Amino acid sequence: MVIKNQKDFGAGVLYVAFGAVGYYIARDYGMGQASRMGPGYFPTVLSVLLMLFGFAAVIRSFIAPGEGIGGFAWKPTLFVVGSNVVFGLLLIPAGLIIALIALCLISAAGSHYFKFEWKAVGALVLLVVFCALVFVKGLGVPMPLLGTWFGG
Amino acid sequence: MELLANLWLGAQTAMSLTNLFYCLLGCFLGTAIGVLPGLGPVATIAMLLPVTFGLPPVSALIMLSGIYYGAQYGGSTTAILVNLPGESSSVVTALDGYQLARQGHAGRALAVAAIGSFFAGTVCTLLIALFAPPLAEVALKFGPAEYFSLMVLGLVASIVLASGSLLHALGMIILGLLLGLVGTDVNSGTARYSFNVPELADGISFVTVAMGVFGLGEIIANLAHEQTRSVLMAKVKGLMPTKEDWKVIIAPILRGTSLGAVLGILPGGGAMLASFSAYALEKKVSKNSAMFGKGAIEGVAAPEAANNAGAQTSFIPMLTLGIPSNPVMALMIGAMIIQGIQPGPSVMTEQPALFWGIVVSMWVGNVMLLILNLPLIGLWVKMISVPYHFLYPAILVFCAIGTFSLSNSVFDVYLMAVFGFLGYLFHKFGCEPAPMMLGFILGPMMEEFLRRALLLSKGDPMILITRPISATMLGLSLVALFIVLTPALRKKREEAFAEEG
Repeated sequence: MVIKNQKDFGAGVLYVAFGAVGYYIARDYGMGQASRMGPGYFPTVLSVLLMLFGFAAVIRSFIAPGEGIGGFAWKPTLFVVGSNVVFGLLLIPAGLIIALIALCLISAAGSHYFKFEWKAVGALVLLVVFCALVFVKGLGVPMPLLGTWFGG
Repeated sequence: MELLANLWLGAQTAMSLTNLFYCLLGCFLGTAIGVLPGLGPVATIAMLLPVTFGLPPVSALIMLSGIYYGAQYGGSTTAILVNLPGESSSVVTALDGYQLARQGHAGRALAVAAIGSFFAGTVCTLLIALFAPPLAEVALKFGPAEYFSLMVLGLVASIVLASGSLLHALGMIILGLLLGLVGTDVNSGTARYSFNVPELADGISFVTVAMGVFGLGEIIANLAHEQTRSVLMAKVKGLMPTKEDWKVIIAPILRGTSLGAVLGILPGGGAMLASFSAYALEKKVSKNSAMFGKGAIEGVAAPEAANNAGAQTSFIPMLTLGIPSNPVMALMIGAMIIQGIQPGPSVMTEQPALFWGIVVSMWVGNVMLLILNLPLIGLWVKMISVPYHFLYPAILVFCAIGTFSLSNSVFDVYLMAVFGFLGYLFHKFGCEPAPMMLGFILGPMMEEFLRRALLLSKGDPMILITRPISATMLGLSLVALFIVLTPALRKKREEAFAEEG
């Protein structure tokens, strides 16, 4: 058995995984009757359908040839997703200014072209000032500029 | 003349100084962000949505519509100048537009794109004003069974119109429907798929998903193939089309507008399908077809008219039925709900000033784009030439702050990161996210309507086929599904999307 279509295979596995988790969790919700559908009715039906489509895609991936998916871009994924998580972690304790700098630097490090440049530092400072003025002062989004670590 | 009275009412709302200002601001911001390569209208609107939270409902919706047209137009500008379509609907514009730009006719191509869009926008605003009221009247008679069947038809249509694999379109819709169910069930109060996280008990916000999949996911995908872009920095000059141009573009614009107007109403990627089919049609009927792909001005005029027409008419199902036909409209519905307006046929009767204000502002927005874009082209060129590795951290900043401000919780930021990862997986596996977004927004609605329908019929599912309107729509869905599965038509459909590659 050779996987002839990596895209189909990957998508199929993804569908089956979501469907299986959906089905497993929905077992605890009441099914109800048709006249009074319980909270579990719709999710169960959808989960089963999703698993069926997933299996169909997996089966097809062994039969019909298709494109490969190529390498997985771990570095950008890690840096982009990671920078957001770090932003979330830092926002309340460290405050917006530090969280934004961390978000920008970490995400920018995901690029091939990441290097120290005065121009980039200038842009970063401008961006942070802009966000502080527009979102915090102007629109009143409740984000501390300096967080609890600084007594803010 | 009820129509005139209505339009007058709308004009009074849309032309107030405040609303004119927000319309202008929306068009400007939309274009500014829309010209950035790799940012389509969905990501642009999702990013800017929080900015409108503090505004009164009418101004907020007017500004959002402005952002939408702006983003759409900005995408075409990028397509013409750098051959990097920001969104799928301007892919075909890039074919001939970029060639024209390389031959030194960037100004003409941009002007023709603007004129085509403006004409289509004007016609389609009138179409909305004409057809929305009767449609809403019909919709008022809809019961839960009709709504359910209508949504089934909408989802089936979006499968038919989605490019790529049918199986994946189906899979992504179901996945979207399932994700849409996360949160507290209205009928029983059960928190579903909430993993005991209080934030999840309120459901996942559409904006979080959109920014994750269309914003973060796209950025990761772009970084995977990072390369320096050569921006065509030749000075854009000669903004007026020549006399010959005018003669050549009239018919393509008319054809593009009609095609786009019809396709825009259909659910699922209205604007995109519109521009692809308009280009294909022009290539067939034009005497000049040998020039297509080598810089034919018709190849810019027709798809640009069509995609703006499609963008405009996709408002019709949203405004009259409260049902989104594409992810952008889903965001608009989300914005209406945040503003405390329940979208649906009653909006027109209960809030006529709001409804007609939005309709008239569509036209105002188109005028603004026309006068805003051509003089500001220098600014847009500057924005395009900012290197991507400077740009995407800034995009991430706006996404992160935007998501946070939805409910002032960092949990949404984490959730967005998760959807960003998923978005990249979808990209890798060739799964189109647009059908998923439709499923996501329709999921809870469909469940609710099906439940109510079955409650009324005491559990008898026959209610879906004994009511004539509902039966017709289910019948149409079956026919559409059947047609798309027949091998001969499947091949045709693949050919229609082949232009994309």
